Amino acid sequence: MLMFCSTFIIAASLFLIFFSVIYTGMPYLSWEMITSTPKGGFYFGREGGISNAIIGSVYLSVGSTLLALLFGLPLALFMNVHLVRHKMLVNAIRFVMDLLWGVPSIVYGAFGFTIMVFFGIRASLLAGIITVTLFIIPIMVRGIDEVLHSVPHGLLESAYSLGSTKSETAYRVFLKQSVPGVITAVLLSFGRAIGDAAAILFTTGYTDYIPTSLSQPTATLPLAIFFQLSSPIPEVRERAYAAAVILIFIILFISIITRYFSRKYQGNKINF
Amino acid sequence: MNLRRFNIERHLRNRMHTAWMLCSLVVVMVVPLLLFAGLAYKSLPLLSDHSVLSLIFSREWKPMSGHFGFYTFIISSLWVTVLALLIAAPVCLLTAIHLTQYARRWVLHLMHPVIDLLSGIPSVIIGVWGILVIVPAISKYVGPFFGKTVSGYSILAGSVVLAIMIIPFILNILIELFQNIPVELKEASLSLGATKWQTIKLVLIRKIMPGIVSSFALGMSRAFGETIAVLMVVGNVTQIPKSIFHPGYPLPALIANNYGEMLSVPLYDSALMLAALILFVIVICFHFLSRIVVIRSEKFQ
Repeated sequence: MLMFCSTFIIAASLFLIFFSVIYTGMPYLSWEMITSTPKGGFYFGREGGISNAIIGSVYLSVGSTLLALLFGLPLALFMNVHLVRHKMLVNAIRFVMDLLWGVPSIVYGAFGFTIMVFFGIRASLLAGIITVTLFIIPIMVRGIDEVLHSVPHGLLESAYSLGSTKSETAYRVFLKQSVPGVITAVLLSFGRAIGDAAAILFTTGYTDYIPTSLSQPTATLPLAIFFQLSSPIPEVRERAYAAAVILIFIILFISIITRYFSRKYQGNKINF
Repeated sequence: MNLRRFNIERHLRNRMHTAWMLCSLVVVMVVPLLLFAGLAYKSLPLLSDHSVLSLIFSREWKPMSGHFGFYTFIISSLWVTVLALLIAAPVCLLTAIHLTQYARRWVLHLMHPVIDLLSGIPSVIIGVWGILVIVPAISKYVGPFFGKTVSGYSILAGSVVLAIMIIPFILNILIELFQNIPVELKEASLSLGATKWQTIKLVLIRKIMPGIVSSFALGMSRAFGETIAVLMVVGNVTQIPKSIFHPGYPLPALIANNYGEMLSVPLYDSALMLAALILFVIVICFHFLSRIVVIRSEKFQ
């Protein structure tokens, strides 16, 4: 009975979170809110919307997901194709990845800030992208690694016996075999990138405008919620609630397409 | 001739790809060292003036006059984290037992997306939920129930929010642990006349005890570093909390709240980077501990 209760509590708290945030924010969500930038400052201005934060968030998370993919995918393939005989080394890499995954995002933020000060860069989109990339690489690598790990060993041997090189085996056989899992991992890290606030608090700054280059500070949805919620002006807090609803919808959307992808591309797999 | 050129091209491409893979391996492996080195480098100016122990155990936090004592913040962090674990641990354990031993299959299938979604909710959203639901609930119902008038922004609110955030993390590990127990073990116990509950309590849980401990340790380390959600509900008052209804000021919140002014006060940035370094070291210690627990138990069996 107690067990059933605790299961129920977990499911209920999820719905309570969604319900309370959407219920509070939904009335303030309008077309104007989504398509206009705040007027008269994000903290004091009563007019305008949050388009700067939406677009900034998309820039930031797409940029960092692509950058993380550039390093994460080769690394995961390297671990499972080239290093497949060195079990100890691969396990060591996995441990480091788990460790990096566990490091709090605020530490990444502080580290990003140190780098910025070291090189003399201001808070900017670029600094944010780099910090968030560092933060999501372990998530992506572990996700991709998990799928690649389940590719049967026989496939590796048959690819070699047909004369393919190691990188061909990696990209044409292993990657193709685990496309749905890779997409899932990438979307998962995209979700982390768009939802994290602590890592970008120091590094991307906040502004009222939509960034036009990599060196400008950028507004993001999590920080839009965080900053505007502490404002004494009710109209500004409404923007924060609306931003929260949009963020929830984005996360829900990502989770739905993740499920869709992992179902749809099951067919490509060679089964043994 | 053409075939040969094709082969050379293939091998060149192979070399290139392998080089890039090696390069990304090195880049990623260097990150933890860089993290440590960067934070340590920035906190050196402060450490050359004061010893680590005096900084950790000093209660005085007056950046303007150069006094940086982390004791208050570390204690706040411990309160919030331990309380969050106390809330999350029984809920997770019971749910894991229910889902893997008692419930029907479709309940587990139904709960999987729920757990995934819960773990994917950004911490800011959970913070908003904390402000909308938990904080008023504490000030209206829980506080008066214990005969106190409280604002609601308290250690308790912070740990409830944290518990929600670490529940999916711990639960995933626990479910996996329970599912990987060999069925023979359970059958052997049942055939000896043990009831189902006795089997679970005396056989299954004992079997995966190291795993459970290690999952709690990982959950705790995650809770220790969580910033924004806690920051939004915990109150942020620099004092040592006397009860769970008092506001606290955990270490990550300290870093996040003061980044704006840290460059204008001497040594302030150094102190905040030291705080980040402390977080980093604590989290890494937790990871090593949990790994050691698991490895030792594997040797033992």
